[in-house]
Amino acid sequence: MAAVGDLQFEEFGNAAATAAENPGATTISIEGPGESPTHQAGLPRGSGGEEDDELLGNDDSDKTELLAGQKKSSPFWTFEYYQTFFDVDTYQVFDRIKGSLLPIPGKNFVRLYIRSNPDLYGPFWICATLVFAIAISGNLSNFLIHLGEKTYHYVPEFRKVSIAATIIYAYAWLVPLALWGFLMWRNSKVMNIVSYSFLEIVCVYGYSLFIYIPTAVLWIIPQKAVRWILVMIALSVSGSVLAMTFWPAVREDNRRIALATIVTIVLLHTLLSVGCLAYFFDAPEMDHLPTATAAPNQTVAAAKAS
Amino acid sequence: MSDLQRLMMEPTDHHAQALFAGLSDISISQDIPVEGEITIPMRSHIREFDSSTLNESVQNTIMRDLKAVGKKFMHVLYPRKSNTLLRDWDLWGPLILCVTLALMLQRSSVDSEKDGGPQFAEVFVIVWFGAVTITLNSKLLGGNISFFQSLCVLGYCILPLTVAMLVCRLVLLAEQGPINFMVRLFVVIVMFTWSIVASTAFLADSQPPNRKALAIYPVFLFYFVISWMILTFTPQ
Repeated sequence: MAAVGDLQFEEFGNAAATAAENPGATTISIEGPGESPTHQAGLPRGSGGEEDDELLGNDDSDKTELLAGQKKSSPFWTFEYYQTFFDVDTYQVFDRIKGSLLPIPGKNFVRLYIRSNPDLYGPFWICATLVFAIAISGNLSNFLIHLGEKTYHYVPEFRKVSIAATIIYAYAWLVPLALWGFLMWRNSKVMNIVSYSFLEIVCVYGYSLFIYIPTAVLWIIPQKAVRWILVMIALSVSGSVLAMTFWPAVREDNRRIALATIVTIVLLHTLLSVGCLAYFFDAPEMDHLPTATAAPNQTVAAAKAS
Repeated sequence: MSDLQRLMMEPTDHHAQALFAGLSDISISQDIPVEGEITIPMRSHIREFDSSTLNESVQNTIMRDLKAVGKKFMHVLYPRKSNTLLRDWDLWGPLILCVTLALMLQRSSVDSEKDGGPQFAEVFVIVWFGAVTITLNSKLLGGNISFFQSLCVLGYCILPLTVAMLVCRLVLLAEQGPINFMVRLFVVIVMFTWSIVASTAFLADSQPPNRKALAIYPVFLFYFVISWMILTFTPQ
């Protein structure tokens, strides 16, 4: 990473060096109006302080603000305005999903993947897939748990789809709204270097929910221990993505408020996953004795529990 | 000498002006539209055709529409790269299929108090709002297909799944058991794959090349949910 950063600055440095060497020579460089002052400032900074660079994104935040301003220029009642939120290619969506699954301590998800281009495709379709994954897995796991019982008549509980949809979409849109409002309010009190737009927060939350899709499918396994281990894994992955994203935004603030914010974010996330597990998936009941026609794995499970 | 002879001998502007003086006063004002009709010998035939669809018997109208719907069903069952579904789209076929599917999938009124399978309205809403959402998604991603064309294709490609529903209903009349379930599972999987292949054959070309997967995935999810509802249908 250091080599790439140095290479980038070195490119412009060559032009500056040749200009310094031959004051008479004319160097033609095609650049935007806001960019030339940052070259000279970038040169000495490129050698050190790279950590801050990556986390804060100071140097090109101006550029991205300009770009962001230039991008969304259609008025909000035209179709083109909404097309700008879906301006992603397949590989970009895959990269963002990969980034949400592998939280690396130094990298900020928003800075690395989204800063140029928040999209609504990922959050919307990940939430839709999650809704159906939870509803289908819940029905399937209930069916498997009650498989041997003679009195149980399986019904596909369709009402669960509506409830799951309400919960997941409310979480994915209202919590970012509240968080964005809170961050804006703190920004007015304490000058934070990093601030996120509403769409970027929605994007982070949407992509961080991706880990729950395979988790919901694996929750079909009717073992309490397995389910809770899965909850822990999913929570740690997505919780760390969220925490590492929002820590730079609040760390300038009062220590206690910063910690409280991060704790609240993780707590809400925990509430979502534990609530979904408790409501949609029946507890694998070990206390009822399996009938003679029950499958052998249920007897093993009953033996393990006792 | 006549004026004309004089004109031919001395073609001066002065003479021309005198001759055509009256003509220059005539000008076509802007508010008189210059239009007319070109009458061709066939015109009377065309007029007859236009009014005849209003005067024809109801049976003719219905048969014509049914034939169009049936032709599109054939295109779905044997998907080739053709433009028929896209060129003359209609929504009768999707409506028929959706109503049939919803009627067969709804739970009976006996246990409407407890939880159960989807109601008629739920299936209807899932199919139509699902299709609308997929269409909006593909348009937002930059696809160049019109709104109703996409709805038409998605609706028509439910045909294999409706056939699967009919087969499952028949199979469920036999005795229940794992074999019963295996047969239904196999039928539903085959029809699900058929739906996906058919709709991809029609829709894939209209998407920008580096976003094809992004546009096709919601179609996959849509047909998967419908297949799930068909597979888990249990009669009372």
